[in-house]
Amino acid sequence: MARYLPLALLAIVVIVVQQIAQWSDATYYLTQLTMTAYYSLVIVGLCLLMGYAGQISLGHAGFFAIGGYLSAMLTTHDLMPYQGNALFKALGSLGLLVHQQDLFGASVLHVTPWAACIAAVLTAALIAFCLGIPVLKLKGHYLAMATLGFGIIIFRVALATPLFGEADGISEVPGFTLLPGLTVSGDFAARTSNYYIAWGMVLLTMLLLSQLIHSRIGRALRAIHGSEEAARAMGVDTARYKLQTFVLSAVLAAVAGVFLTHFNGGLGPSEAGIMKSVRYVAIVAIGGMANLWGALIMGVVLNFLSLRGFFGTYDDAVFGAILIVIMLFAPHGLLHRGILRELKNLFRKNGHGPA
Amino acid sequence: MAPELFVQYLMAGVTYGFIYAIVAIGFNIIYNTTGIINFAQGEFVMLGGMLAISLNGLVPLPVAIALAVAITMLIGALLEITFIRWLDRPSVLRMIIITIGLSILIREVALHVWGESVRALPYFSGNEITTIAVLGARVSPQILWVIGACSLMVGTLSLFFRYTLLGQEMRACAANRMAATLCGINPRNMVTFSFMLSAGIGALAGCVMSPITSTEYSIGTGLAIKGFTVAILGGLGNSMAAVAAGLLLGIIEAFSVSVLPLAFQDAIAITILLIILFVRPHGLFGRKDAAGLKEF
Amino acid sequence: MALLELTHVHKRFGGLHAVNDVSFAVQPGQIKAVIGPNGAGKTTLFNCIAGTFPPSEGSVHFNGQPIEGLEPHRIASRGLSRTFQNIKLYPGLTALENVMIGRHCRSRAGFWAGMLRLPSTFREEREIRERSLEYLELLGIADLADSEATSLAFGQQRAVEFARALAAEPTLLLLDEPAAGLNIYETAEVARLITTIRDRGITVLLVEHDMSLVMDISDEIVVLSFGQKIAEDTPHNIQQNTEVIRIYLGEDDAAD
Repeated sequence: MARYLPLALLAIVVIVVQQIAQWSDATYYLTQLTMTAYYSLVIVGLCLLMGYAGQISLGHAGFFAIGGYLSAMLTTHDLMPYQGNALFKALGSLGLLVHQQDLFGASVLHVTPWAACIAAVLTAALIAFCLGIPVLKLKGHYLAMATLGFGIIIFRVALATPLFGEADGISEVPGFTLLPGLTVSGDFAARTSNYYIAWGMVLLTMLLLSQLIHSRIGRALRAIHGSEEAARAMGVDTARYKLQTFVLSAVLAAVAGVFLTHFNGGLGPSEAGIMKSVRYVAIVAIGGMANLWGALIMGVVLNFLSLRGFFGTYDDAVFGAILIVIMLFAPHGLLHRGILRELKNLFRKNGHGPA
Repeated sequence: MAPELFVQYLMAGVTYGFIYAIVAIGFNIIYNTTGIINFAQGEFVMLGGMLAISLNGLVPLPVAIALAVAITMLIGALLEITFIRWLDRPSVLRMIIITIGLSILIREVALHVWGESVRALPYFSGNEITTIAVLGARVSPQILWVIGACSLMVGTLSLFFRYTLLGQEMRACAANRMAATLCGINPRNMVTFSFMLSAGIGALAGCVMSPITSTEYSIGTGLAIKGFTVAILGGLGNSMAAVAAGLLLGIIEAFSVSVLPLAFQDAIAITILLIILFVRPHGLFGRKDAAGLKEF
Repeated sequence: MALLELTHVHKRFGGLHAVNDVSFAVQPGQIKAVIGPNGAGKTTLFNCIAGTFPPSEGSVHFNGQPIEGLEPHRIASRGLSRTFQNIKLYPGLTALENVMIGRHCRSRAGFWAGMLRLPSTFREEREIRERSLEYLELLGIADLADSEATSLAFGQQRAVEFARALAAEPTLLLLDEPAAGLNIYETAEVARLITTIRDRGITVLLVEHDMSLVMDISDEIVVLSFGQKIAEDTPHNIQQNTEVIRIYLGEDDAAD
């Protein structure tokens, strides 16, 4: 039962924070906290992949972007010109298309957000699957470079494709109505409900992932991280589990991309940038790699500060510096039991001069 | 395709190819002594170019370049001494993250020092409209500077590793660290020196390419990924093969411009990288069995 | 029918012929040992059987079915379990958790079941834990269940690895130098343990350096030298075999 205590605690904190923001008339914080929650989904997914299965990915912003861009494109791109097409007729009769009026009163045709969301997430999963089969055979530097390369390709495609708005990105993305009365959008009135949607998703993800890491599969993942050869000798299908974890974390990133895009009403190519991927890796490392809660806490703190503009123009530099300092002095992250002992050892060692 | 155009593409490809090869050799030098891929390798090239541009206002061009290379070497050594030297058998993941962090820091410092503007060194001989005839095509003499400087570096490096004591000591460290230590070589100094050396050649490449390609704070990542592609293509650790692989990639890229939009040029290198990683991770020229051996 | 049968197995690494035309069979219920000087190809042969890499030529049959070229995890789930010469435990996991990984191929819960924690998963997880504890008890290290496995003493780590291999309920257990790095008392303990394992109905194939251990417990011995099988016999006859003596003691001594 101790496993569910942090979840209950998180739920309480989420509610208390919202109440405080309400009373102190500072509900604008909720907007950044909502965005933070979506970034946290990417981070806990990457934490599962990096910390537990031991596979680095420097391309997770790519999956976030696939989710966000596809959903944005499908819900904003006018399909009127293709109306006569049999495929689009079929989609329309399935209720997947929606007629709207644009600013000038002309009638436009879009894909409904639900259909767009599902299509975006499935595409991300499919790409992760196809990429993962060859990429996850690689190790160490090779895996890092291959995933980095994937991230750069997605960034370049977003930047060079008119359909994705090139350097401007996509704007005026409509809200995403999950249930009647519950819409993911940047609408001022829906601020509180969006805060709860986002954090509800984080809670659900944390529940599922923390059960997963304490299951037979979670153990197998940690075994792969420890010694792949020994894991295989014990009957663990390492290739399959690595692939499944990769797809799962890509799906989480894509879901985060879809929701954040509908919440913000748009996205730009910087969401697909290398610095974003590096930032996710940094946060997982700071949280302590194999530590879901550590990653979540560090993710919330750092993303919130970053979104509040706390680091100013040194935003990227701060993440770079944090990355180096943590890896040098506390390679197991900040939030774990041995951290004090580790730091003490470090200073003692330095007291005797370099070892 | 007209023959002049063909030669022009070819020369452009060879020029870029040599730059990629130098970055790849930078990777290889550090990889061979440490087993680390230095993700900040591209930043050395950027630093060399940027420093030379700033110094060029104060001192004559050759002096500016020499100083820029020297300062970058110093920075390379300082980075190694500050961040890497004292780590006790760090894991690969840890080293990847540290060198990525370093590349971000260098880039951000460059951004705050030099801003986002695109700069360039003046042409070494003539100006941007000076051309010379090569096989019937008109090309910039700077191309010859790049090709000349890079071939000179490759030649000097191979002589250095073969015939000088320091070069031989570095090779000994790469072949067998323990045995080298027993022979009285300090492997930690060799690692520092390998960082200096790859920073130096990167910086020089950054200077000679600057008039043609321009320099800005963010060029490092792109160069690093292409340099890595070339290093893998040639077989990690094998510097002579890296030259051949660099030329191959440069030429493929140059000719791809005639079929693909410019924006996708980077995607070509990365696609090649991914294919090579999946199909022949030991490189085009390496034997699978020899992939474990390290040679400069 | 033989439980494990190797026919004309070869393994080449580039120019090195590490295993050269080796054939032998392991009968159910046996303790069989593979011995040979350093570099004779013993561990390579083991890795060919366990699927770490496929043999270059030849076939390996387990329970009458070919397993050469199968991936290690498939071979493991068919009932072939192993230990490693240089112990390979999973760092960061407790001794118990290490042994629980051994139950991996005897349980089934997947990603969804793990995430949703279905009642069946819950029951299975409890069963894994209980059975794993039994194996720790069998090896007399149940009190170390919650210690981090890689921080244990060398002999204890070896015991955890044994428990992990046994937890997979193998029909054939491959032991790669089980006595390496152990003192004589611990070696005697390992010998006793191997016979206990055999008495539980598990066939054992071991690679070993320690002659006393091999001679005491083995039913049959295969001798390898430079990748080739030069003898296969009972311990008693192996001790009399001039060829084996020549290899172990050197040319000159054998001539005396």
